[in-house]
Amino acid sequence: MSEKILVIGELQQGVLRKVSYETIAAAKQLNANAEILALVLGDGDLQQPAEEMIHYGADRVVTVSHANLSNYTSEGYGQVIMEVMQDEKPSGMIMGHTSVGKDVTPKIASRLELGLISDAVAIEKEDDQVLFTRPIYSGKAFEKKVMKGEGLLFATIRPNNISALEPDASRTGDITAKEVDVKDLRTIVKEVIRKKTEGVDLSEAKIVIAGGRGVKSAEGFNALYELADLLGGAVGASRGACDADYCDYSLQIGQTGKVVTPDLYIAVGISGAIQHMAGMSNSKVIVAINSDEEANIFKMADYGIVGDLFEVLPLFIEELKLQGALVS
Amino acid sequence: MNIYVLLKKTFDTEEAISVSGGRIDESGAEFIINPYDEYAVEEAIQQRDQHGGTVTVVTIGDEDSEKQLRTALAMGADEAVLINTSEDLDEGDQFTTAKILEAFFEGKEVDLILAGNVAIDEASGQVGPRLAERLNMPFITTIVKLDIEDEMAKIEKDVEGDLEKIEVSMPVLVTCQQGLNEPRYTSLPGIMKAKKKPLEQLELDDLDLDEDEVEAKTATISIFLPPKKQAGRILVGETGEQVKELVSLLSSEAKVI
Repeated sequence: MSEKILVIGELQQGVLRKVSYETIAAAKQLNANAEILALVLGDGDLQQPAEEMIHYGADRVVTVSHANLSNYTSEGYGQVIMEVMQDEKPSGMIMGHTSVGKDVTPKIASRLELGLISDAVAIEKEDDQVLFTRPIYSGKAFEKKVMKGEGLLFATIRPNNISALEPDASRTGDITAKEVDVKDLRTIVKEVIRKKTEGVDLSEAKIVIAGGRGVKSAEGFNALYELADLLGGAVGASRGACDADYCDYSLQIGQTGKVVTPDLYIAVGISGAIQHMAGMSNSKVIVAINSDEEANIFKMADYGIVGDLFEVLPLFIEELKLQGALVS
Repeated sequence: MNIYVLLKKTFDTEEAISVSGGRIDESGAEFIINPYDEYAVEEAIQQRDQHGGTVTVVTIGDEDSEKQLRTALAMGADEAVLINTSEDLDEGDQFTTAKILEAFFEGKEVDLILAGNVAIDEASGQVGPRLAERLNMPFITTIVKLDIEDEMAKIEKDVEGDLEKIEVSMPVLVTCQQGLNEPRYTSLPGIMKAKKKPLEQLELDDLDLDEDEVEAKTATISIFLPPKKQAGRILVGETGEQVKELVSLLSSEAKVI
């Protein structure tokens, strides 16, 4: 185990984000024989998330707890990650392409004059070279990228694309708490306002129910939320629905907005403009519900129902309750 | 205030993408200001109108990039800079771009730099944070509100739907998220005025840079289109039956619920 790969266990309100486990699987794809070292950083007792990282395949964990890490800042996280990199000298580093990962990795790459491949959805090896596949033009196309030269294999991975390993609660590994003096922050987070309704994050959701102009009002979205709750999914929206104030811009899916790749995407009252399709076309299964049988969305859908969504959704919800087909 | 905006031209969002010879086929495509950079231009103009100063729009590109710069000038920016790399560079990556911008900003008095949070083509979102780090400046990404008071920026940042209220010292680099503002349309008088506004053209030589110093750290080895989706199934029958069939298909055939 001469080589090691560093992955970041990212906490959100004290709980590891799912993509943290996926970084471990990704690290093994970089080098199956390397030691996987996880860094878990935050404020408080980090023993439990550290153990979880080991259950999911990390060999060793370093934890860093500090009051200045209670909220993410690029400066705080950057200091800690770079200090651990300096101690450990990994040959690769993987982090989730989350709000935090997108923010801190370019800072580190820039400081250390490294290449960085953002938002990878697949990793493969070809003649000892590691190829990272990433979407471009919001998923209208893909590119395969490599690191030039011998530098650190540094990438962020898109949540939900590289499957985490099966957890094994009997795995054990060394967990070390490291002291880092997190200081000189020029950025202060004064307040965090939680606007998200439920626990399921849109970018990490396995099931997404998205509404468009056809939903007609903010109240109309209630049925989508009910369906999402029932399926353990998240609600998204088209730009049209956001522009019409039916929901917050943070729910927007498309070329501007989020790009999502869930297992199941249910488009409700969405016509399917090219900009919207770019944000969801790589979903595994797409269902379209629309009253206009000519709607573009049907060209992309695996299953389509032509009908009035206000009639279809209540029936859909009722049928799911009847079947008890709840997704965990 | 000396306000700078980093701007990139991108494919119009209406454009379908095709690949020829391992590259994105750009022939005949319409280019626009990257939509997130439009928020940056708009915000820069509003901040200037409130606090005074000048707005300079900077892009790295080729001679065609003048069009997007003129649009930004027509919106109300004061000056534009085109760093033309078409003669010097075949390819670059985010390291390259940040390095060139670092050289451009060397020795300049800067209070605020704005950029889009991501470009809708390559979508790495790296250049803003990379540049801020080189300039030893704090940065805040995906902002949806910006108030400047006494050398401090009070910012609201979108964090995947949640909102963080942040205070940060100036100078600062911010990247803009949807919801920050409504970019204005250009007016005819604006377009006329823009023709007379200064537009400086630079090449790597002018920034004392060699090609070697900005050589990319990563390389693209192939570009491909996603597999075409097969036509789906439109369900038939009474609505109730369709819904029953859909639920059964999703659980037994597609196995997603």
